[in-house]
Amino acid sequence: MKTLRWSIPLAVFVVLLAFLWVGLGRDPHEVPSPLIGKPAPAFQLVQLHDAGKTLAADDLKGKVWLLNVWASWCVSCRVEHPLLLQLAKTNVVPVYGLDYKDKTADALAWLAQHGNPYTASIVDSDGKVGIDYGVYGVPETFLIDKAGVVRYKQIGPLTVEALQQKILPLVRQLQQ
Amino acid sequence: MIPELGHFALILALLVAATQGIVPMVGAALNRQRMMAVARPAARMQFVLVAIAFACLAWSFASNDFSVQNVASNSNSELPLHYRIAATWGSHEGSLLLWALMLTGWSCAVSAFSRNLPDALAARVLSVMGLISVGFLLFLLFTSNPFARLIPPAPEGRDLNPLLQDPGMVFHPPLLYMGYVGFSVAFAFALAALIGGRLDATWARWSRPWTTVAWAFLTTGIALGSGWAYYTLGWGGWWFWDPVENASFMPWLTGTALIHSLAVTEKRGAFRSWTVLLAILAFSLSLLGTFLVRSGVLTSVHAFATDPARGVFILAFLAIVIGGSLALFAWRAGSVGLGGSFALVSRESMLLANNIVLIVAMASVLLGTLYPLFLDALDLGKISVGPPYFEAVFYPLLAPAVFLMGVGPIARWNRTAVPELAARLKWALAVALVSALLLPFVLGRWSPLVVVGLFLALWLFATTAVNLWQRLRGSHRGNLRARLAANPPSYYGMLLAHFGVGVFIVGVTLVKGYEIERDVRLDVGQRVAVGPYEFAFLGVTPAPGPNYRALVGTVEVRQDGRLIETLHPEKRIYNASGQTMTIAAIDTGISGDRYVSLGEAIGGDGAIAGAWSVRIYLKPFVDWIWLGAFVMALGGFVAVSDRRYRLAVRRRLGALAGAAAAE
Repeated sequence: MKTLRWSIPLAVFVVLLAFLWVGLGRDPHEVPSPLIGKPAPAFQLVQLHDAGKTLAADDLKGKVWLLNVWASWCVSCRVEHPLLLQLAKTNVVPVYGLDYKDKTADALAWLAQHGNPYTASIVDSDGKVGIDYGVYGVPETFLIDKAGVVRYKQIGPLTVEALQQKILPLVRQLQQ
Repeated sequence: MIPELGHFALILALLVAATQGIVPMVGAALNRQRMMAVARPAARMQFVLVAIAFACLAWSFASNDFSVQNVASNSNSELPLHYRIAATWGSHEGSLLLWALMLTGWSCAVSAFSRNLPDALAARVLSVMGLISVGFLLFLLFTSNPFARLIPPAPEGRDLNPLLQDPGMVFHPPLLYMGYVGFSVAFAFALAALIGGRLDATWARWSRPWTTVAWAFLTTGIALGSGWAYYTLGWGGWWFWDPVENASFMPWLTGTALIHSLAVTEKRGAFRSWTVLLAILAFSLSLLGTFLVRSGVLTSVHAFATDPARGVFILAFLAIVIGGSLALFAWRAGSVGLGGSFALVSRESMLLANNIVLIVAMASVLLGTLYPLFLDALDLGKISVGPPYFEAVFYPLLAPAVFLMGVGPIARWNRTAVPELAARLKWALAVALVSALLLPFVLGRWSPLVVVGLFLALWLFATTAVNLWQRLRGSHRGNLRARLAANPPSYYGMLLAHFGVGVFIVGVTLVKGYEIERDVRLDVGQRVAVGPYEFAFLGVTPAPGPNYRALVGTVEVRQDGRLIETLHPEKRIYNASGQTMTIAAIDTGISGDRYVSLGEAIGGDGAIAGAWSVRIYLKPFVDWIWLGAFVMALGGFVAVSDRRYRLAVRRRLGALAGAAAAE
């Protein structure tokens, strides 16, 4: 009984440790996007590589696609860029780029230098479409299904974990 | 090249730390002199190596080496030199390196000032510190390498967070860490004593100065951080009950309890196992604080970069260090013995009460800080606990503790008669009570909270005076100077620290009771009366800065038509990040601050010529909050200058000299 008393601090600590362990797996910053489960906002914008053509959200109905918001001035975009290039090579899911608040010449030069993972990029030079999508930091990535509904949103650079554990399984499921 | 040297030094430091952690511990167990002797040189070597690594990182920052990831993310070529050096600890990696530097610095100090310790104890203490260091160096090298290269190098750095570009950044983290990490010494002493099975008054005497110094540093660090928040966050608060602040406050509360408990263990041999537990807790809470700040389990205004992989590492480290030491405590504390007994009314009983209150207060902060995490872990939703909880819990808890602070130092050890105590304190009580009831009429509005606060502060001042007077009257030696000199510095340190608490309470009470906050819209030339002052807004002019553009406002402060001060609050836009910062202009005075900060320009693009929203605060006696904290810390430093802690050193040196002469 006597030795048990000295073990109380240890017992309290073990309980605390368990809570910290669970807490570690959660993200207090995780803010669910109000867009998830809702139709992707419509847009019709000029394409980056061909100013004569436009692309609209409705054109992509019937396929599962990723919308990646990027810009040549965005430093974190360089972090996720190699991952996007890899993803584009696998042809699992088309990636469309939304060139956000950028100059066309800079954006073209940037893609020429770093490689272009996008099936097509559209130009949102004044950021209006970005506002519709609730973009508050570049890069962001949206997963949109065949019916044009937003299914997932990644805030910040894509990571290998996010891609393998969340996005790609979801893509496979939605493509069936 | 320089960053690689730093990296290499860090790897060597890890090897030395492992040696320091293992060899002396084994040596102490086997009673091998030569193995124990490894501890001291290893501690010094490790300090030198970590210092080299730190200097290499500081050099990379100072020389704008943007091929180092850490530098590219946290510095900028336009950043002034002193902030580039402070940016060394502005990042996660850098602040951990600072942690490691402090830890090895403390170990090195222990190795230098432990000549009078028994060899086995010194070896064990240094070995425990070496093991802690191993954990931190592994963490640095495997999850948070501060020297990682960026290929290709960035053309320009992303800049230090503008919030951190402040003189506070130069002083606050190092002082805070000195305190945090300093508790590792008390922790190491406690573990060494538990392992060796010797927990007695001498152990307490050795631990005391280290604990007190760490506590004084922590006090200064917290006070600086609070003052920094007051003038940079732009809304005049001085404590936000933010998880990161709480993370520093919990070790402080425990450390305060530890200092008092150590005094009892040294003087009376009592509270032994409790003291050991406090020593373990104080450092464990420092580690927990590091975990909370670095792992991202809680949201906080201190938005550092966080990473779950690092969180897992720190959690494992916590489990080993805290779990291991508490298991050791569970195993060995029973054999330590309880020490001397004491009566219900005695200095011991009051110190015990003080200890319990402080630990309950710490537990309530811990609960409030982790409550959101508990709820989230149990899937009961995401919430945050704010100041209302902490204030509701804190004031009622600490008020009786402060009252006891006045009585405790006057009570006798072992047993005190209540009538005697009452006789010695009746005048202090009367003076404090009457002044506290009357003073609010002079200050303006009478409110019960102000009366309680003022009573507690005046009670501390009065009992300190009574204590000093009775001490001086009681000694029979000659003139005042001789009588003053008859008391040891530790006594004056105690008085000073308690007096500081009183000063602090005055600040808190009067700011809470009488502050005036006004948010007003002011056109150029417009005047507004706030309290006894009149503020005139003379508009805003642009001004360049080293790495920002500023808009500088001009506000004249008049009292009775006489100009007493011209204030220049600023709004800064930093070039590299585009972030805005509000720099309040504060006219500081002993009786309070006049605080002006710029809100937003009203009326669109022609902002500079137009109206602004301006915040004007009057903060009576607010500086007493920090003044009080510094007086407390000063008390700590005065206390450790006590000769008692050095006598043994000299005796030992004398013996050595004698031995050398005999040879």
